[in-house]
Amino acid sequence: MSDALLSVTDLRLGFMAGKRALPAVDGISFAISPGETFALLGESGCGKSATAQGIMRLLPAAGRMLGGRVVMDGQELLGLSEADMRAWRGGRMAMIFQEPATSLNPVLTVGRQIGEVLERHRGLTGAAATERMVELLRLVGIADPERRLTEYPFQLSGGMKQRVMIAIALAGEPELLIADEPTTALDVTVQAQILDLLAKIQVDRGMGMLLITHDLGVVARMAHRIGVMYAGELVEVASRQAFFTAPRHPYTQALFEALPDISRRGLRLNTIPGQVPALAAMPAGCRFADRCPQVMAICREQSPPWREVAGGHAVRCHWQGEAAANGRTGNAVTELDIDPGRAFLEVADLKVHFPIRKGLLQRTVGHVRAVDGVSLAIAASRTLALVGESGCGKTTVGKALLQLIQPSAGSVRLGGNELVGLKGRRLRSARRHMQMVFQDPFASLNPRLRVGEIIAEGMAALGIDTESASHAAAIAALLKQVGLPDEAAGRYPHEFSGGQRQRIAIARALAVQPELLICDEPTSALDVSVQAQILNLLKKLQAELGVAYLFITHNFAVVEYLAHDVAVMYLGRIVERGRAEEILRSPKHPYTQALLSAVPVPRLDHPTAIIRLPGETPSPANPPAGCHFHPRCPMAMDICRQAYPGVTELSPTHRVNCHLAG
Amino acid sequence: MLAYIVRRLLYAIPILIGVNLITFALFFVVNTPDDMARMQLGVKRVTPEAIEKWKAERGYDKPLFVNADAAGLATVTDTIFFDKSARMFAGQFGRAEDGRDIAREIASRMGPSLAIALPTFVLGLFVAVSMALLLAFFRASAFDFWGVVLCVAMMSISGLFYIIGGQYLISKIWRLVPISGFGDGLEAWRFLILPVLIGVVSGIGSSTRWYRTIFLEEVGKDYVRTARAKGLPETVVFFRHILRNALIPILTGVVVVIPLLFMGSLLTESFFGIPGLGSYTIDAINAQDFAVVRSMVFIGSVLYIVGLILTDISYTLVDPRIRFE
Amino acid sequence: MSGFQVVVLWSDVLVWLLVAAGLGVGVLIAKSPPLLAAWRRVGANRVGMASATVLLAFIAVGLLDSLHYRLQLDGKPGQPAVYAIEVLSVLDALAAPLRTRNEKTYSAPFATRLYAKETIDLPGQGTVRDYPRLKYGGQHLGEREDEVAADAGFTAFKAGVLAFVGWLGVFGVVAAVNRKKRPNLKLRDAAFAWDAVLLTLLAMLLAVVPLFWLAGQYHVFGTDKVGQDVLYQILKSVRTGLIIGLVTTLVMLPMAVLLGIVAGYFRGWVDDLIQYLYTVLNSIPGVLLIAAAVLMMQVVIDSHPQWFSTAAERADLRLLALCFILGITSWTGLCRLLRGETLKLRELEYIQAAQAFGVSSWRIILRHILPNLMHIVIIALVMDFSGLVLAEAVLSYVGIGVDPTMTSFGTMINNARMELGREPAVWWSLAAAFSAMFVLVLAANLFADAVRDAFDPRAA
Repeated sequence: MSDALLSVTDLRLGFMAGKRALPAVDGISFAISPGETFALLGESGCGKSATAQGIMRLLPAAGRMLGGRVVMDGQELLGLSEADMRAWRGGRMAMIFQEPATSLNPVLTVGRQIGEVLERHRGLTGAAATERMVELLRLVGIADPERRLTEYPFQLSGGMKQRVMIAIALAGEPELLIADEPTTALDVTVQAQILDLLAKIQVDRGMGMLLITHDLGVVARMAHRIGVMYAGELVEVASRQAFFTAPRHPYTQALFEALPDISRRGLRLNTIPGQVPALAAMPAGCRFADRCPQVMAICREQSPPWREVAGGHAVRCHWQGEAAANGRTGNAVTELDIDPGRAFLEVADLKVHFPIRKGLLQRTVGHVRAVDGVSLAIAASRTLALVGESGCGKTTVGKALLQLIQPSAGSVRLGGNELVGLKGRRLRSARRHMQMVFQDPFASLNPRLRVGEIIAEGMAALGIDTESASHAAAIAALLKQVGLPDEAAGRYPHEFSGGQRQRIAIARALAVQPELLICDEPTSALDVSVQAQILNLLKKLQAELGVAYLFITHNFAVVEYLAHDVAVMYLGRIVERGRAEEILRSPKHPYTQALLSAVPVPRLDHPTAIIRLPGETPSPANPPAGCHFHPRCPMAMDICRQAYPGVTELSPTHRVNCHLAG
Repeated sequence: MLAYIVRRLLYAIPILIGVNLITFALFFVVNTPDDMARMQLGVKRVTPEAIEKWKAERGYDKPLFVNADAAGLATVTDTIFFDKSARMFAGQFGRAEDGRDIAREIASRMGPSLAIALPTFVLGLFVAVSMALLLAFFRASAFDFWGVVLCVAMMSISGLFYIIGGQYLISKIWRLVPISGFGDGLEAWRFLILPVLIGVVSGIGSSTRWYRTIFLEEVGKDYVRTARAKGLPETVVFFRHILRNALIPILTGVVVVIPLLFMGSLLTESFFGIPGLGSYTIDAINAQDFAVVRSMVFIGSVLYIVGLILTDISYTLVDPRIRFE
Repeated sequence: MSGFQVVVLWSDVLVWLLVAAGLGVGVLIAKSPPLLAAWRRVGANRVGMASATVLLAFIAVGLLDSLHYRLQLDGKPGQPAVYAIEVLSVLDALAAPLRTRNEKTYSAPFATRLYAKETIDLPGQGTVRDYPRLKYGGQHLGEREDEVAADAGFTAFKAGVLAFVGWLGVFGVVAAVNRKKRPNLKLRDAAFAWDAVLLTLLAMLLAVVPLFWLAGQYHVFGTDKVGQDVLYQILKSVRTGLIIGLVTTLVMLPMAVLLGIVAGYFRGWVDDLIQYLYTVLNSIPGVLLIAAAVLMMQVVIDSHPQWFSTAAERADLRLLALCFILGITSWTGLCRLLRGETLKLRELEYIQAAQAFGVSSWRIILRHILPNLMHIVIIALVMDFSGLVLAEAVLSYVGIGVDPTMTSFGTMINNARMELGREPAVWWSLAAAFSAMFVLVLAANLFADAVRDAFDPRAA
């Protein structure tokens, strides 16, 4: 492609391990035209970020370029001297990163950090620079830019930091923007804002954009062309249309089928068995062969060549077949209609307030109302999804239920027994009935204990079966139940992958035979294919054991797939709750509506009317007067500014706190 | 921010009281004044009368905490605790064994101590930070490797060696400067240059290595990658971005010792015959002059606490996150 | 020679306890793969293993010097046995030639004559002022005093050859064992840095064997003011340094670990109290607190002479007291570190999972927190060692260190430093003490670096 802005040819790079360089990116080639967004899609560890860093020549210390060419506007970049490369970096090509919180220098003002790019690449200083900075901040949608220029990053919210990062990237008037997971660390409503901004800027300036992401929804929203990466190789390159309608590589197909979605309720999600091969032990043939449903003998011997299946759609696969029957047909809405039994966990007006201390004597001057009057009920064999953005207090609710955090007020009744205020042995015996599965599979298992010991801990603490023989049998049964082999009991957590660790964590919780499992974002740290395995497992366990789930999440796709009931939280309070179909099909609260429409949908035909929320969630230390949501609400009325809305019952199960409904 | 500093100041009070109680317990409870008298007088001259006389001369004949014989306020004030410990808060340290007023002695000796300690501190900090910056700048190169090896070797050498060796080589063999002594006015530099030089050299190894670690920790942070992605030259990345952030942990270790510079250095001062507080302390230890040692412990603690407060204040200067809260 | 009485000094008890604890910890480590993996990384570190070899040699000397006894004096049969006042160690017995062959006063390394002129009676010639011949140093040369260099060189060469042959033996054994385990693996590529260990061993043998061989005929490092062999003093100093470096950390460890974890885990007023405690102790400048405490300890020791039956016991108790004082003044750093780390750990999800099961706080601390802090403790242990050895020298110089009768690097330096002012200077005591200290501390520092690199998760 001669008109390409950037062309990458046979790029190879690796990371030093001892004296060897392990290839992390093994010969990938693609090109980006001006005004085009090319998305590199892949799961963690596939080499997509390394590719971006390699193009900018910003690899970490252990990284090594092993070969290939990166040509931008006729200039080969890999051969440039470091000093010449600096003229490109930040100038004609710019990059934004995943973590806005750590990517800005904490001790320099915003103005200083933008200004140094202007000075370096545009030769602007003084008043001219300040003027340009104000323009840039306005361009990225920051209100009151003059004031913001003198502020430090810690004074900005997460979304604003990412806007500043974008302003820094734009300051050098780049022709190519590399965005490395630019919205992964942000909430959905903020993610929607940032994606809009990026798309608009790209169109306005005719920039080329390399978007690195793992999220099919983001791809659908942003990309013109997509390259799918697997284990350091590009396996499929397609236009957006072809990618979403006729993906050809079995890996791409599997990714789609692993996505949870309302249309698959009651169905098992397709999963990709096994794991990505380690860098040090890449198979000789196709790297996906071991996990591929279509694997043939040749796949294990020979790395497949590129094959053009249509104009601009190429795939690296020996298998010539079409997509398997797109499993989007089966619509088994079965247990949706199950009548909820009697609730066995009832939470009424639960409050968790943390004091804010200030001043000379550290007096309590206020409270962070992390949870401010939450009421819930869960019945056996049902899943209640507690949905909300970060900082809304959903995790605190989970911990307060377990009495891991002392509630400030309210009641938690389990089978008729009050838990709040229980101490010692009575609390311990009550805890048998509920357990928790945590978000981070790497922090939730003690690295110094064997898996068997980890699972046995709960049994021992709650006095179940202390006999060693039956103990071992029980552990083996639990491991089997979560799909792990017996011998796992004798091994240490670090020998397992993220998904396997989450299975162990589930086994640990199940060991005491709880009736309720509180799952705190159990899949948010996992890749899509692994997430599907865990969701399948949770469904299976519910069917077998009749266990109820309180599923804390921000991911609507998971909610759609798994939940019977949904409660939406905003700033410490539940704003809407009801049956899943009620909330998902006819949300009544403007926040729920906005939340639902902000979720990027991995389909071409996503809903047209997108509600965009301005701003970000305010601090729970100082919630807005009246309805907490009114400053961001597109439909706010006068009364919303004055009074918090009461409950409106729309159906026996569907309730909403909104003046509009009342 | 003012409330923050006032709170830190108020927190200093219970700590000073704690220090005072510990020293009191150490000097008067672990051993009775009788024991000290026996030790001071020596075996030959110990008689009950001599002990009583020794105690009376120094005011150690009073009760420890409560004087039942005295009336009114004096039940509390006419005690060893009040005389020897509580009065320290008012700067009354009493008299040394040689009869001189300790407070006045301390005031007159601070100058010479500072004359050595301050240049040593400033120069040492400058040299170590520059060396560390150089090593971090050329990280993972042969220069860095051998620099670190040199640092480890230098910090493995006893401080005594630097002093004894330096004195021997520079003063005795080369006869460049006087071996020891102290002069007034401009003449003083001839006496100061060697101890300062030795002080700087002996501290370089460990501090350079420590600062290098801090710099390297910052080098790995995300914001440094952002700075590089802007196309900034490596020198700008280092001096504008990394140095500013690394200052925060460096300040923690550095500011706290600034007030302690008044105390001087025990070793340097005694080797070079500088009439500062360091040599005063050493002499007191050797003469087992408990009153002086006790006073120095108290002053040292006060200065340390001042250092803690200064550290807190200096944070607000370099770290906007604290300044604005 | 008749019987002897075993003397167990308190410091001996602690030293052997340390050895036992070390072995115990070794067994524990072997059972815990994460720790074992970290130690394997230490084992693969060439510099680390080379310095460990040197440290082991020092430790061997220290251990030999920690088996004490008193000789029975010749008495008449039937009377109760009387034992000598002097407490000896196995090292003293092994180094008897060094210990007993005392000259009159200073003599330079490899000298055959004293360093000071004396009036000598020459039979038949009256008296002259000259440097008298040494009683022991170079005696075997007789009249051939000017052949010292040749004689010493030849002896050193013989010893060196012997050392090399001995080393070849060790090398052969190691290579054979390795080959048996992994037939195709070269020693250089083995997971354990055998090459570094063997090379260090060779260097050490080539230095030490000739040195001790020569020490039988000369005073290789000279003699001090009272004519004692400096090499012997160096050997005796090793134990003092090791005890100060190891026992001190051991003393402070339980307190620092307990208080640090308790403060971080329970928070609230417990945390406030512990923080207050260590801020107060931290506020008192270390040297001054040590000075005050040592002075007070001296008064206690001096006013209770009846506690000690020998001078060695008194010196020993003072050494231990010094360790305690150093320990109490230096636990605050580790305590604060552990508190901060516990604060982070207690928020981790596996701790919360345990809390959700109702596992008791102390059990959580023992099972979940302590094992995950072990690497910090181990790093602190090895990092502190070298600093303490250096501190001992300074404190002993200031007069608040070990008992003046106890041989240590500090007392050696203190005794010798004034003699640098003589013309010509007496330099060998200082040089020997500083060099030995440098080798010990350098090895400790390098080893500490290796341990830190292997245990610190950030470094990995």
